[in-house]
Amino acid sequence: MSTQLLLTAAADVEHHIPVVAPAEADGAFSLLWLIIALPLLGAAILLLGGKYTDKWGHYLGTALPIGSFVISLVCFINVLGRDEGDRQVAQHLYDWFEVGGLDVGMDLLYDPLSAMFLLLITGVGSLIHVYSIGYMAHDPRRRRFFGYLNLFVAAMLMLVLSENYVGLFLGWEGVGLASYLLIGFWQHKPSAAAAAKKAFVINRVGDMGLGLAIFLMFVTFGTTSFSGVSALSAGASETTLNWIGVLLLVGACGKSAQVPLQAWLLDAMEGPTPVSALIHAATMVTAGVYLITRSNFIFELAPTAQTAVVVVATVTLLWGAILGCAKDDIKKGLAGSTMSQIGYMMLGAGLGVAGYAFAIFHLLTHGFFKANMFLGAGSVMHAMDDDVNMRHYGGLQKLLPVTFLTFAMGYLAIIGFPGFSGFFSKDKIIEVALTENLLVGILATIGAGITGFYMTRMMLLTFFTKKRWEDGVHPHESPAVMTVPLIVLAALSVLGGIMLAGNWIVDFLSPVVGHVEHEDPPLPAIVITIIVVLVVALGAGLAFLLFQKRDVPREAPADVSFAVKAARADLYGDAINDVIVVRPGSELVTALVETDRKVVDGTFMGGSGIVRGIGHGLRHVQTGYVRSYALSVLGGALILVLTLVAVNL
Amino acid sequence: MSLTPYIVLSAILFTIGSIGVLTRRNAIVVFMCVELMLNACNLAFVAFAHQHGNLDGQVAAFFVMVVAAAEVVIGLAIIMTIFRTRRSASVDDASLLKF
Repeated sequence: MSTQLLLTAAADVEHHIPVVAPAEADGAFSLLWLIIALPLLGAAILLLGGKYTDKWGHYLGTALPIGSFVISLVCFINVLGRDEGDRQVAQHLYDWFEVGGLDVGMDLLYDPLSAMFLLLITGVGSLIHVYSIGYMAHDPRRRRFFGYLNLFVAAMLMLVLSENYVGLFLGWEGVGLASYLLIGFWQHKPSAAAAAKKAFVINRVGDMGLGLAIFLMFVTFGTTSFSGVSALSAGASETTLNWIGVLLLVGACGKSAQVPLQAWLLDAMEGPTPVSALIHAATMVTAGVYLITRSNFIFELAPTAQTAVVVVATVTLLWGAILGCAKDDIKKGLAGSTMSQIGYMMLGAGLGVAGYAFAIFHLLTHGFFKANMFLGAGSVMHAMDDDVNMRHYGGLQKLLPVTFLTFAMGYLAIIGFPGFSGFFSKDKIIEVALTENLLVGILATIGAGITGFYMTRMMLLTFFTKKRWEDGVHPHESPAVMTVPLIVLAALSVLGGIMLAGNWIVDFLSPVVGHVEHEDPPLPAIVITIIVVLVVALGAGLAFLLFQKRDVPREAPADVSFAVKAARADLYGDAINDVIVVRPGSELVTALVETDRKVVDGTFMGGSGIVRGIGHGLRHVQTGYVRSYALSVLGGALILVLTLVAVNL
Repeated sequence: MSLTPYIVLSAILFTIGSIGVLTRRNAIVVFMCVELMLNACNLAFVAFAHQHGNLDGQVAAFFVMVVAAAEVVIGLAIIMTIFRTRRSASVDDASLLKF
């Protein structure tokens, strides 16, 4: 009786682990490689072609990602027509390398998960390219900018299309390189150069985690392909899988700016605004969520690693939200909000089969509204002579009507206003979180309230309240090439929720992430939704009282509470890094340098010193007097002869 | 015929030559002392050749003479040059090549 109970309990807990078993690519899918190749070709032409491509480079750089988008769309429509079990397609391009037992092919995998990512990356990416034509119009290095953008998109596409972890790592590193080049695009500014370096170095820490995870996978399974690892993962020990999971999480933390590797994200705002939009919406920070979701066949069997993901995600979603409340820089405020929203996605991914689909759903809707708001922020900066301080804005809604309306759509989506895309996606994650763990769910709900607060603050400071800009500034609406992408993205921000209609996205993704019967949350779903909306309204109302009802000073007040000071200083993220990593690191290096100088150099210098001393003494034998040489020759001959005689006797 | 007197004479001549090389400063005299040493060697060669009854030592003596002749040519030329530049044939004066 009791055994039977245990067995049923075990069967309940044990999820079905989906195995990646793709079919051979045919028809439209034989063009898969072109999706990556087109932007890569663009990057090559623009970066190698030099000034000869200055005149038309930006058009080429925009057309190629659009080409990738068209192919992605054709593939997507194609895959919709197939049976659910038949939606994984692989294309083998060539054998990449074969060393010892490691056999890595250049294989691409198209399945529902990569399908969603392809559409997001190429779709939103193309819109950002179009916008950049206008935004970077007066930059003398615009052609190079488009070359880097294309490289960024190509690397991200490689990341989501690869069928093995080594290929994913190639894209992963490419994304890191492209982000470095783009964050530091205005390299004449020391702050931009430093921000690029910071992003690169912190990303290296994460990359190390991913690299070690891949090594461990190879040692354990003897393969790094998704199909191989997913088929073998059930046979490995839980400890090993936990280690792989935690190392993958380290990688995801670096790329997705999760605590403790979050410090680079706010500094990355030094790059041109379209780059921020690209990093935050379509590429880069979503890679961590992709990695966790893609590796579901490992995380499902590694409960400790999964718990670690949830903890990291919960801390980050609150951390980012708190940062967002204190920033006066509109882009940094948005960056804090990205960190927080990625936290929600990681939370969804960490909650297991019930959450993967919602994590990806939120990732998609976030891609729409965050790209929309970043590009909107760029449009505002364009109007305000590149001033990013929201305390210098105010009352812009009449002067920038298109920007205002589109930004408002993004705003309503991110705070989760009922009916907008973010409402559906965030609500689902909170619901799953409440079902799995009450504390995490409550913290996620509080995070939603803080989101309502800081986004309302941003909205009010920028578009409402009294005007606070100087007389010399003449705000004006951006050209059509910039506003049209905004309008498209705003429409997507509003309508993105449609993907949840009839649970479509959950069913669509189930071949990749598995499917679990819906568990009942502690409260009815509608009650949870109402509570979340009320909490958000509370946050928004508080912001309204604080910023709309009172005058906003042009300078940030200095006499503020400790909490505000801490939030302004990124919750001392840099200071913590400094104490834990930078200072011990530099002390270690100093000690090593001393050891090198004293011990290693000492040994060599001491040895050579002795030889030098002997030589110094011996050179006095060379007197220059022929007769003394003759004497030594004679003496030598005598000694030789006497020795011979002595030996013979 | 006893070998001993020849060897003793050869040794005496060699010793005189080497002492001359070590003690005299005049390059010509040093040179002559070197020749004396060579000839002392020749004497020993010839004496031993006679003793053993073959020609090996005598051939060696011829070789020494040929080398000595060549050496004289070069050595005298060098001494001439040194004398022309320094107005002296003292070997101790030509001591620039040192530490």
